[in-house]
Amino acid sequence: MVDLLQIHEPGETPLPHADDASVAIGIDLGTTNSVVAISTDGKTQVLRDDDGQALVPSVVAYAPDGSAVVGALAKRLLLDRPDCVVSSVKRLMGRGVGDLKALAGTLPFEVEPPKEGSEGGMVRLRVAGHSLTPVQVSAEILTALKERAEEQLGQKVEKAVVTVPAYFDDAARTATRDAARLAGLEVLRLVNEPTAAALAYGLDKGAEGLYAVYDLGGGTFDISILRMEKGVFQVLATGGDAALGGDDFDHAVAEHFLGQRAKRLGARAITPSEAKMALMTARLAKECLSRQTEGEWVLDVDERQTGHRIDRATFEDLITPLVERTTDICRAVMDDAGVGPADVRGVVLVGGSTRVPMVRRRVAELFDARPLSDIDPDEVVACGAALQAEALTVGSDTLLLDVTPLSLGIETMGGMVEKIIPRNTPIPVAKAQDFTTYQDGQGAMSIHVLQGEREMADQCRSLAKFVLTGIPPMTAGAARIRVSFAVDADGLLTVSAREETTGVEQKVEVKPSYGLTEEEMGEMLYDSLRNAQADMDRRLLAEARVEANRALNAVVSALNIDGDLLDDGERAQVERVMAAVRDAVAGEDRDIINAAAEDLEKATREFAERRMDRGISAALAGQSVDGLVDDDEPAGNAATEPEKQDH
Amino acid sequence: MQKEAQKADAAERPRVSPCWSCQGPVPGEALFCHTCQAVQPPGGDDHFSRLGLDTDFDVDVAALERRYFDLQRQLHPDRFATRTARERLLSQQQATSLNEAFETLKDPLRRADYLVHLKGAGVLPEGCDAVNDPVILMEAMELREALAEAEASHEVDAIARRTREDIDECIAELSRAFDAEDLEGACRLTTRLKYLRKLGDEIRARRAKLASND
Repeated sequence: MVDLLQIHEPGETPLPHADDASVAIGIDLGTTNSVVAISTDGKTQVLRDDDGQALVPSVVAYAPDGSAVVGALAKRLLLDRPDCVVSSVKRLMGRGVGDLKALAGTLPFEVEPPKEGSEGGMVRLRVAGHSLTPVQVSAEILTALKERAEEQLGQKVEKAVVTVPAYFDDAARTATRDAARLAGLEVLRLVNEPTAAALAYGLDKGAEGLYAVYDLGGGTFDISILRMEKGVFQVLATGGDAALGGDDFDHAVAEHFLGQRAKRLGARAITPSEAKMALMTARLAKECLSRQTEGEWVLDVDERQTGHRIDRATFEDLITPLVERTTDICRAVMDDAGVGPADVRGVVLVGGSTRVPMVRRRVAELFDARPLSDIDPDEVVACGAALQAEALTVGSDTLLLDVTPLSLGIETMGGMVEKIIPRNTPIPVAKAQDFTTYQDGQGAMSIHVLQGEREMADQCRSLAKFVLTGIPPMTAGAARIRVSFAVDADGLLTVSAREETTGVEQKVEVKPSYGLTEEEMGEMLYDSLRNAQADMDRRLLAEARVEANRALNAVVSALNIDGDLLDDGERAQVERVMAAVRDAVAGEDRDIINAAAEDLEKATREFAERRMDRGISAALAGQSVDGLVDDDEPAGNAATEPEKQDH
Repeated sequence: MQKEAQKADAAERPRVSPCWSCQGPVPGEALFCHTCQAVQPPGGDDHFSRLGLDTDFDVDVAALERRYFDLQRQLHPDRFATRTARERLLSQQQATSLNEAFETLKDPLRRADYLVHLKGAGVLPEGCDAVNDPVILMEAMELREALAEAEASHEVDAIARRTREDIDECIAELSRAFDAEDLEGACRLTTRLKYLRKLGDEIRARRAKLASND
């Protein structure tokens, strides 16, 4: 799977389509480590640094002037300058201040207290004297990956497929997309991590049949059941825990160490640097205990040393409850998919935490199958993302059909949740449900969008709140308010509400509760992108070209089929305008391109009318021959149809 | 790849509208313009015609899947990631309609419910949700009581087995009812199938409860 990297100077073009400006990379943005890969003709290549390292630690160190360092260097600063370094920021993506209570004590950085009077809102971190959102920190990591790719490919990279845990909720997905935008990357698709891994296995190792993908990363756990055959990757069910991973193993071991230390040194408050050191040491111990059966580690903090001996059996006792949580979730997801362990042909292991022998053992027992880890579990997701990035830009015969991981609904009377889209529904999906007013003359209705499986609203994740106003006075129960949910292929939700008797409508792209507002996003783009305007201009230019080429191709096709409808003079005129569009597209001015495309539309209007007349006559002729004319609807009126169809 | 099928369609359908992209004529329900290949908005087809099936309760699920995959290969948003915003939106609408049709038709209960409404729209305003059949009610209550009293897993297994058999039988009867155009019978059987499905969920819950008591 991994080809040897060609050595080259920046500016050279090492890959066949390197001169193609639309090259797209695959990014696995992980809790602990991130990886970037590229695919060419179905062959993936993980992009490594000069030392051959694929993994970029998802650690960002900030200088007082706000500049950032990402990766191994930042990780080294973690101990010396803990106040300037952020790690595991993925755990905070899309999290609100209220969520932090659940994570309290497990976070290796300082969280700002919420501003007074502010309700909800995105978490902010205090790092090196700066106040930063998790989106900004993630954007630094993505920028580093983008730069690695640009340096190695010798060209600008603007498009990416970014993976997210399948179990990420809407807020976390939106936060990830926003982070990419800040990093100057257009997200072609957010792909679920287990699905990306399945893609890599299916295409590279030829896995066919029913497979489970068990993905235990640093901070997240996902399990997906997929059917893979003949190029179709169909997710049957997915589940997980967005706050369970190898980090929790570290915490369990760190607590064990700190408990021993407290016993020996006498009970007292644990200092932040002690906690950080214990965590780092615990991680080392975990990694060693995957290879050897015991070891001893020393905690040397505040000039006091304590030695800690731990063997694998003790380690496994400490993590047993965590591993059992994952196997419980696996059972529930198999149940959802309507399959049993016997139906599952194999289990694909993903994520560094699947290197822990106990995890492998438990997974093998549960599915009664030897787990597959032929592709490096740390790199497989990025490889899948790269394959999908190539499929989306260059084209492919494979098809990914994914599902929504969590049920979506709205709050109804009494704090109950009415589910509108159940979990494991194939995406894209759109569903609508009607609700009504409960008071006479009620002029407004509050819509509270929720995600989760529980029955009560306060136990589910709040995604957004908005108010449908302008409902005309009616008796209770007379209004008909249709709430529509649409989830796109990225798993992102849009909600709209409409009062059906009057047509009053409100639409929201779900983001407010924990996301960034458009203003915050704009501000951050302005602050962080030195060349934001140039990037934006380039994107708009690219869009204008795509649109103009679409219009050109449409006219070329029409001339091929119906060219006889134009006389020579008319045809020459159309071709002159087409040439003008081609010239404009070759240029750099977006306004000229748009104007030329508009001219083309005008120049071909008469031609289009003649083609329609011919089409309708042909249809009518066909009808009368077969004697199937529908009397109710004269075919001549059909030309007025498209306006209706457009909605 | 669609061309031939669409030309044939054009001969049968009187509705022709201009393609949004090349402005030329496109038959009402075509997925792509036969002139410029631009993806078209999803028409108002019912689920059966969208997936190229006869309007019939008996569905060959394997053939249904093949057709669904084939259509998603052409229409899924992944095929349009680098296209214009309009094409991306239309592909999303097409894929959404396709998912809705597939999810409805592959499941016998949702298929039966849909078919009753499709055939009997207006005839049965209250749909198949009204519980007015004492036989169905009694059966549901008895099974539910038996389940609540089941303490051993073999007892739950026995109820599960019986429920599975009842579901199979109910589906076979539904097929006969639709064949005979007996909409009222089909509606009653759909209600019964809903109850049996719910019981299936309760069996799962009961099993989980017994397992956690161990």
